[in-house]
Amino acid sequence: MKELSALSLQQKTIKALGVNTKDAKISLSYLSVAFATLLIGGILGLVQGLQRAGLLELPPWLNYYQVLTAHGILLLLVFSTTFTIGYQYANLSHSLGGLLPKVRKLAWSGFSLMIIGVILVVTMIVLNEASVLYTFYPPLAAHPIFYVGLVFVVLGILACCFGVFINYRHWRKTHPGQTTPLLAFFAMGVFVLWFFASIGVTIEVLTLIPWSMGIVETTNVMVDRTLFWWFGHTLVNIWYLVATSAWYVIVPKIIGGRHFNEKLIRLVVILLVILNIPGGFHHQIIDPAISESIKFLHVFMSLSIAVPSLMTAFAMFAVFERAGRKKGGKGLLGWITKLPWGDVRFLAPMIAMISFIPGGAGGIVNTSNQMNQVIHNTMWVVGHFHVTVGMSVVMTFFGICYWLIPYLTKRKLTPQMNRLGVIQTIIWTVGMILMAGSQHLVGLLGDPRRTSFTTYGDHPRALSWIPYEYVMGIGASLLLLGVIIQVYAVINMMFFAPKGETTFPVAEPEDNALPAPMWTERWGLWSVLLLMVVAMAYVVPIVDMIVNAPPGSPPIKTW
Amino acid sequence: MHRLEEMWIAISSGILVIFMIIVGYQTFALGMGPPSNKEIIDPQKVDQTAPFDEPGITKIGENEYEVVMTLQTFGFNPNNIEIPAGAEVHFIMTSKDVTHGFQIAGTNINAMVMPGHIQRISHTFDKPGEYLVLCNEYCGTGHQLMSTTIVVK
Ligand SMILES: [Cu+2]
Repeated sequence: MKELSALSLQQKTIKALGVNTKDAKISLSYLSVAFATLLIGGILGLVQGLQRAGLLELPPWLNYYQVLTAHGILLLLVFSTTFTIGYQYANLSHSLGGLLPKVRKLAWSGFSLMIIGVILVVTMIVLNEASVLYTFYPPLAAHPIFYVGLVFVVLGILACCFGVFINYRHWRKTHPGQTTPLLAFFAMGVFVLWFFASIGVTIEVLTLIPWSMGIVETTNVMVDRTLFWWFGHTLVNIWYLVATSAWYVIVPKIIGGRHFNEKLIRLVVILLVILNIPGGFHHQIIDPAISESIKFLHVFMSLSIAVPSLMTAFAMFAVFERAGRKKGGKGLLGWITKLPWGDVRFLAPMIAMISFIPGGAGGIVNTSNQMNQVIHNTMWVVGHFHVTVGMSVVMTFFGICYWLIPYLTKRKLTPQMNRLGVIQTIIWTVGMILMAGSQHLVGLLGDPRRTSFTTYGDHPRALSWIPYEYVMGIGASLLLLGVIIQVYAVINMMFFAPKGETTFPVAEPEDNALPAPMWTERWGLWSVLLLMVVAMAYVVPIVDMIVNAPPGSPPIKTW
Repeated sequence: MHRLEEMWIAISSGILVIFMIIVGYQTFALGMGPPSNKEIIDPQKVDQTAPFDEPGITKIGENEYEVVMTLQTFGFNPNNIEIPAGAEVHFIMTSKDVTHGFQIAGTNINAMVMPGHIQRISHTFDKPGEYLVLCNEYCGTGHQLMSTTIVVK
């Protein structure tokens, strides 16, 4: 009892004093790494976009696939991971009344492990010892240190997972009979999923280290590939879940509304956690060694994610309409004009949400047997993940910066900075529409992804792709401009914006809302269900790949 | 939960089920499933293993051909294939080194070709022309050069 009152006192102090400085330091450190990475990754993106269109020749000491490997790993792995941890730990600290000292220690250990890992990985890429792209499909064999670096990154992620689990458990114990605050519930979803996602890639990388060192002669390429996508696809959906946390809980507050029915929100989180991992299989729809019936099962398992996504779409529009009408919006669509379009904290995540409509539709194409065969490994896929990750996720992340960073640094979002943010959002949107739009179109015409500039001996079909590649180059240029503005905004809000109070925007439930059901907190049960779904999806094909395996492949370096 | 929410969830799930029926019908009734062959081979002994010891094109029926093909950085063997219009071609492929892709631009032919695994895919070339065949999985520094043509006369 004493502990309880001490804790609620602590929570009250946090409300009064704003952010806990020690916790803010953790979040700010992760966010700094995130935006430094974004800048480098963005520059590499433009280099690549221009080379791809034949507008830029790379110097002899740098090759396209090196740039592509770095761009993929820095943005898809490092930027998204560090941003997520920075943001989720801030959510946790805010909603659970501060991090526990040992959780802080875990977050810092995770930080060091990740930095070491990223340095090792990047060094190998720079030395051209690891031009294996983000997917590092064996038997392409990178330098062993590349894989060791990846192990460090995963260990860092795991440290942060345990930090969240410990803090969550502690809160539950000290608050018997209470459901956790929504943001903490989301954080549990994100890190539970992350924990189980990491298992696949950890096994893969640990087998590749002795193989790349020559201690083990061969590796099973099909199993490696399958384990990679267990992780690789889930990772993308982790970013999506992170973005969703802001859509459901933060955005309603910013527009002056209330959050949606908490039971539905929690159900969406639980479904996304349980159903996610088998989605990875749709990256292997045209692989050999997996039977058509297993692939059919995976089409279903991948698509099942569409149900919680459609529930999200429904909930968000309901929240917007309610908020708009409360402010006097009339008629069928009048409420739309009442939304704060000039507020970057709303505009950026709103465009992110809208872009999830084409993003999700494209995802359905990618997941389906026959349609996948049309677009597999074409530019379409590149367009798809630039819409989903580059818009739906990253624009939400950008929007979060404009309140999270001032909150953490005890500064204010000035009207000028807000205007700059709106301009950034517009530039980013136009850049993405141009780039991802032309990538989708040219992909349908057959232009392959992951290929440097080529005309295939001036084949007329390949020549017909070039105009689209120019448009991609223009889009990529705008996007780099967007990156520069965003990084400037982040630095400004970290160090130069005027001091002041920024509140953490957490939406309240509707007045007549029912309390969130306690059964949603059964993370042990959700983990068991997740493992059952994973077992349904993976046991049969992986056993088949191992039992009916061909002689394995030795490491090969082809660059 | 609200009545409207329940309806929405029911509709979403219903769409999913209808979708699966269509995909399943195409795959299992119309034989339009994705390439999923399950034969295996020793990736280090491709040259000594039939049929890949003799890659090439064989006529196996009335305007029906079989192409036994090996993929290796950064080329296809055989290359520059010629066939008459309307020919049905069965490709039997494997990789001698890393993972490659086999894509014929402008058709729905698209398959991963991996070391240790034999992939099969068939297509009927109705329209004459010079088809561009390319590798669509990154396989090394010369990946962008890995292409050939199929001439349909
Ligand atoms: Cu190739």
